[in-house]
Amino acid sequence: MTQGDPQVGRSIPRPNARRLLQGKGRFVADKTLPRMLHVAFVRSPYAHARILDVDLSAARAMPGVVAAYDGADIAAHVTPFVGILTHMTAMQSPPQPALACGVTHWQGEAVAMIVAQSRALAEDAAAVVVVDYEPLPAVCDMEAALDPASPLIHPDLGTNLCWERRIDSGDVDGAFAGAAHLVERRFVFGRHTGVTLEPRVCLFDYDGSEDRLTLHYSGQVPHMMQAVLAKHLGLPESHVRVIAEDVGGSFGIKIHTYGDEIATAVAAMLLRRPVQFAADRYESFLSDIHARDHRVSARAAIDANGKLLAVEIDDITGIGPYSVYPRSSAIEGNQVLNLTGAPYLIPAYRGRLRVVFQTKVPTCQYRGVGHPIAMAVMEGLMDDLAAASGRDPADLRAINLIPDDAYPVKSPQGILFADLSHQASLARLLDLMDYQALRAEQAAFRARGIHRGIGLASMVEITNPSPMFYGVGGAPVAAQDGATARLDASGAIHISNSVTEQGQGTETILAQIAADALGVDPSRITVTTGDTATVPYGGGTWASRGAGIGGEAMLRASLALKEQITGIAGAILQCDPTQLDLADGTVVDAAGQTRISLQALAQMVYYRGNELPPGLPTELIATRHFRVEGMPFVFSNGAMASYVEIDPDTGMIKLLGHWVVEDVGTILNPQLVDEQIRGGVVQGLGGALFEECHYDAEGQLLNATLADYLVPMAGEMPDITIAHIVTPTRTSVLGAKGAGEAGTTGAPGAVLNAVNDALRPFGAQISQMPMTPERILRAMGTIE
Amino acid sequence: MKPAPFEYVRATSVDDAMARYIEAEDARYLAGGQSLLAALNFRLDAPELLIDISQIGALRGIGRQGNAVIIGAMTRHAEVAADPLVTAHLPLLAQAVAHVAHPAIRHRGTIGGSIALADPASEMPACALALSAVLHVNGPDGLRTISADDFFRGIYETALMPGEILTQIEFPLPATEARHGFAELARRKGDYAMTGLALMTGPSPRIVWFALSDRPVRARTAEAALAAGETRANIAALATDGINVLGDLNASDAVKRHYARILLSRVLQEAGLP
Amino acid sequence: MKISLTLNGEVVTADVEPRQSLVDFLRASGLTGTHSGCEHGVCGACSVRVGGHVVRGCLMLAVQTDGQTVETIEGLTQSAAIADLQAAFHRRNALQCGFCTAGMLLTAHELLALDPLPSRDDIRDYLSGNYCRCTGYQAIIDAIADVAAERSGR
Repeated sequence: MTQGDPQVGRSIPRPNARRLLQGKGRFVADKTLPRMLHVAFVRSPYAHARILDVDLSAARAMPGVVAAYDGADIAAHVTPFVGILTHMTAMQSPPQPALACGVTHWQGEAVAMIVAQSRALAEDAAAVVVVDYEPLPAVCDMEAALDPASPLIHPDLGTNLCWERRIDSGDVDGAFAGAAHLVERRFVFGRHTGVTLEPRVCLFDYDGSEDRLTLHYSGQVPHMMQAVLAKHLGLPESHVRVIAEDVGGSFGIKIHTYGDEIATAVAAMLLRRPVQFAADRYESFLSDIHARDHRVSARAAIDANGKLLAVEIDDITGIGPYSVYPRSSAIEGNQVLNLTGAPYLIPAYRGRLRVVFQTKVPTCQYRGVGHPIAMAVMEGLMDDLAAASGRDPADLRAINLIPDDAYPVKSPQGILFADLSHQASLARLLDLMDYQALRAEQAAFRARGIHRGIGLASMVEITNPSPMFYGVGGAPVAAQDGATARLDASGAIHISNSVTEQGQGTETILAQIAADALGVDPSRITVTTGDTATVPYGGGTWASRGAGIGGEAMLRASLALKEQITGIAGAILQCDPTQLDLADGTVVDAAGQTRISLQALAQMVYYRGNELPPGLPTELIATRHFRVEGMPFVFSNGAMASYVEIDPDTGMIKLLGHWVVEDVGTILNPQLVDEQIRGGVVQGLGGALFEECHYDAEGQLLNATLADYLVPMAGEMPDITIAHIVTPTRTSVLGAKGAGEAGTTGAPGAVLNAVNDALRPFGAQISQMPMTPERILRAMGTIE
Repeated sequence: MKPAPFEYVRATSVDDAMARYIEAEDARYLAGGQSLLAALNFRLDAPELLIDISQIGALRGIGRQGNAVIIGAMTRHAEVAADPLVTAHLPLLAQAVAHVAHPAIRHRGTIGGSIALADPASEMPACALALSAVLHVNGPDGLRTISADDFFRGIYETALMPGEILTQIEFPLPATEARHGFAELARRKGDYAMTGLALMTGPSPRIVWFALSDRPVRARTAEAALAAGETRANIAALATDGINVLGDLNASDAVKRHYARILLSRVLQEAGLP
Repeated sequence: MKISLTLNGEVVTADVEPRQSLVDFLRASGLTGTHSGCEHGVCGACSVRVGGHVVRGCLMLAVQTDGQTVETIEGLTQSAAIADLQAAFHRRNALQCGFCTAGMLLTAHELLALDPLPSRDDIRDYLSGNYCRCTGYQAIIDAIADVAAERSGR
C-alpha cells in the first residue's frame, strides 16, 4: 500500500468548482464558433393534429434567415428512431421523425425549424411560419386511452398500449385470504419534469472537407450520442466527436435523443456551418422529457405476527406518444413493478404494469426512475399495515426488513440483492433522529393542537447496472466504462474516464482514487472527461454508476500504471519491483525510503531511454475497463425520515426536518456523497409537494413557465441530517455503490407518511402527489 | 424567448413621455419592467415602442403632504420598503411590500407599475384599495385623480385611458386608532398568493382581497359587519359574500373561499378583535 | 442604440438592439459567467448588479444600463469583493453544476451587506428567488452562514 493518508474517504473540495465560482464555467451556450448560426423551432400548438401544410416562404424572406426546414426536409437526411428495447417482449412504438411529419402528437413537438444569424431573428421568422393544422382528438387520460372506443394515437399499432408486463409469484390469493390484516390503497403520482437550470443546448459543427461532425454537448452520455448521431445521420462513428464540458444540470433529462437536437445536426451538415440550438424555458417544459405520471392500485397483507404475506400492485403509466429513443419509456414502470417491496421479505407478489401512449410530452428516465413510486407505494402500505395492526411503524418495518445477514436474497420479482443493510440502516436512523423523543414531542404538540407527523421509509436504489439494463435490449449504451492513467515526463499524472462530470464531483473522486493508487497528491492529477476523441469508450453518467463503475475502472487503470512504474523502477534500481511502492510522488522501498521520484523516472524513460535495460517495457500509460459481472445491478439501500407540521386550516405543510441513513458501500468523498443525497432529497420533496405538469383535457400544458411549475426553493426546504452504514459491494475492489438517486428515491415516501401521520387525528389520508394544500384540504373533507 | 423587435426611448419628463406616446402607433410605457419585459420575452405583446418612464425624477420619491403620504409612481418596491415615512404611517404597505416577489424584483419593480398593471394577485393594488389611495394621473387630456375604488376594472384592466401615466399615489394618513392587517397564503415564499388580504380597521374599515377575483376587491358585507361590531366568526363567515371568486392552478374557487374565511379570522384576531 | 456604461469598473460603449436583454448583452460581450436560465425573471441565474443592487438580467434591457454601473461575477471576482464567499462555497461544496452559482453569490453578497449576521431562515428567505436544482440549498446556507460568522468575528 501507499504511504500517507489515503485520499479516498476524505472530503476534498472539487478543484473544478473554482472556475464555476468565478464565472469561468464552460457551458455549451458560452461557446461561440465562427459563422455560427442559431435555431428556433415552430412547435405544435395542438396536442394532436394533422399537418396539412407548412408554408415557410414568408419565414425564408425574413432578415437574417439562412434556412428554413419542415419535417420532410429534415427527414430526407436522418432516419427515424424507434424507442423499444428488444428484451421487453412485445413492446411497441412507431418510428419517430426528428421533426413532426404529417401528424403532430404533442403540444410542443417541433414542426418546422428556422436557422438564422441570431436566436432573436430565428424567432422573428418562426413567428411568420404558417402551418395549416387539422386538429385530431387529444388522448390525454391514460386509462381512457385503453378504452376500445378511444381514438388511436398510432392507428397502425391498433392500440394505445405500448407495453404490458405481469409478474405472479407465490400464492397471492391464498395469502390475502388468510391474512390477519389486509390494506388496500390507490396512489396517484403526478407528471414531473427535470427543470435543469441550464436548458438543453447543443452546438453542432460540421466540417465538410473531412465529413466530420462535432457536437458540443450538454449531456451525460457522449458515446451513446456518438452512436446515435452516426447511425441516424449516416456517418461513420469515427467521424462523430462529442464533447461535453460543463453541464448545467442533467438528472436524466440529458441522456435521451431529442428530435430537435438531431434536426440541428442535419442543419449544420446541410449548411456546413456551426449551428447552435439553445432551448428556452418554455421549450424546455414542452420538449424535455417528463417523468412519473403513474396510478398504482396496491394491496398488502400481514399475518398476526406482523409478517408480510403478500403484495399486489397494478401500475398504469402514461408516456406520451412515443417511447423515447434509445432507452425506451417503459423502464420507469418496469422499475415500479420490479422494486415495490424491495426492502422487505415478501413471500408472494403479483404485479401488472401497463405503459400507455397519450398525446402529451414523452416521458422517460429522470432521476430515481420509478424508485420514488415503488418506495412510496410500499412505504404507504407499511404505514397502513402498522395502523391496522396497532404497531409502531418502525417496529413493523424492523420485523419485515430483509435481515442484514441473509444475503444474497432474490425477491419474488426475481431481483437479486446483495451486501445490503436495511436493519442496520433503520436502527441508525431511529437513533439519529431520536425517534422516541420525536414521538414524545409529537404527542406533546398534538395535545396543544399542533399537528406534526413523522414518516419513515426504507429503500433501495439501483446503481452500477450491468449490460442487463440496456445493452441486452439492443440499445447503443455501454454498461462498461473505461479509464486511462498516464505518467508524463514532468511527473504529472493525467487521467481520463468515460464517465462524465455534471457537478456531482466525478472528476474529484477519480483523482482521489488515482492519487491513492499512485501515491501522489490529487493536485498533481489532471482529469479529462466528456470527449469521445480523448477518453476511453464507455457508458457515461446515468443510473448512479459514475463512482462504482467509472471509479473501479479508474482504480484498475491506476494500479496497472503503478505496476508499470514499479517495473521500470525495479530495473533502474536493480531490485524486486514487488518490493517497491509509490508514495509522495516517489518510488519507495519496503522500508519506506525514497528511491527515485516519479519525475526522475519518467524523464529517464522519455528523455534518456538509452540508460534503461534493452527490452524493458516502458509503457507509462494504462487503460482498464470495468463492468459489473454476476449481478444485474448493484443496489444501495437506505432509510429516511421526515418530520412535518400541517396547518389543518390551510393544508399548508411545513418541513421541519429530514434524516437519511444511506449505505453506498465504500464512501469515496463523504461531502460529495452527502451533497448528492441532499440534492436528491430536495428533488424528491419537490415531486412530493410541489412539482406537477398540469394538462387540460385538450392536452395543453397549463403551467409551462417557471413561475407556474413549482420547483423547490430555499425558503421551504428543511436542513437534512445524514449518516451512513458502509457495506462495500463485493462486485468490485473499490466497493463503491452509487449515491446519485437515493435522495429522490426515498424522500417522497417518507414525507407522504409524515403528512399522513399528521393527518391521522382527522381521519384523513392523502395518496396523491404532489400533496398540495388543496389536496390536503380535500382529503380532510374541509373542501368538498 | 426573445422579444419581437421594438424601439426604445428614455423619456425625460412626463410630457415628453406622453408626446412620444401620441406620436407612436403602438407604444407601451416601461416602468420597472418586471412584468412587461417578461411578457415581451414570451411575445405575449409586441409593441413598436417602449417609452421608459422609470428615470423621470418627478415620478420618484416619497414625501409627506398635509394629511397624506405621496409616493411617486416610479418609486421602487425596495425604496418603499425602506422608507421611514412608510414605516411610520403606512405599516400595511411596509408589511405588504416585503411579499412582492423577491429582492431582485423589488429593486427594479415600481409601486406605480404594479398598480397600473393591476395583476389581481398583486399586493400593491390591494394596498392602494385598502388604504383608500388616490391615484394621480397625467394624460393627453390633462391631470386627473382616480380613487382606488374606481381604478381597478378587471384582470389587468384599469381606469387608465390610452396614453395616461400614473404619476403619484396619494395615501391619506390612516386614522390614529386604525389598525392594519395583512396576510397571504402562497405555495412558496415570493410566489403570487393563492389568497391574500389587506385590511384596515377604524371607523370605515376596509377589507381587501387579492388573488381571489379578477381584481383587488373589497369585502363590503364583511366590512359592514366589522363596522357594526360583529364577532370575528360572523365577519369571517361573510368573507367572500357577493364576490366573484375565481380559482387558479394552485387553489380552486372553493379553496380560495375557505382561505378567505381563515385569513380574515386570523388577521382580525391579530388586529385585536375578539 | 449607442450606450455607454461602467461595466466591472471599465467604461464600455456599445451599439445594441433595443430588444436585447442585459444578460444577452453581457454574454455577447464575453461575460459568460452570467447565465440565462428562464428569461422570465424567476430563476435568478442571470443576477447582476446594476447601480449596486442585484437585479434580474433578463428583466432589464441593455439600453436601460446607459449611464449606469453594472457589475457581474467576473468583476466581483476580479475585485476580490466576494473572495471569502467563493472560498466558503468551495469548502462547503455549495454548488454542483455551477449554473446558479453566480446569482447565488451576488445575492448572498447583497444580503450580508444588509444584514451582517442573518439567521438561517433569513438566508433561506433572501435566496428564495434563486433556483438551484442540484444542492438542495443547505450547503449554500451553510456557506453564507460561515462567511457571516467569519466577517463578524464569531
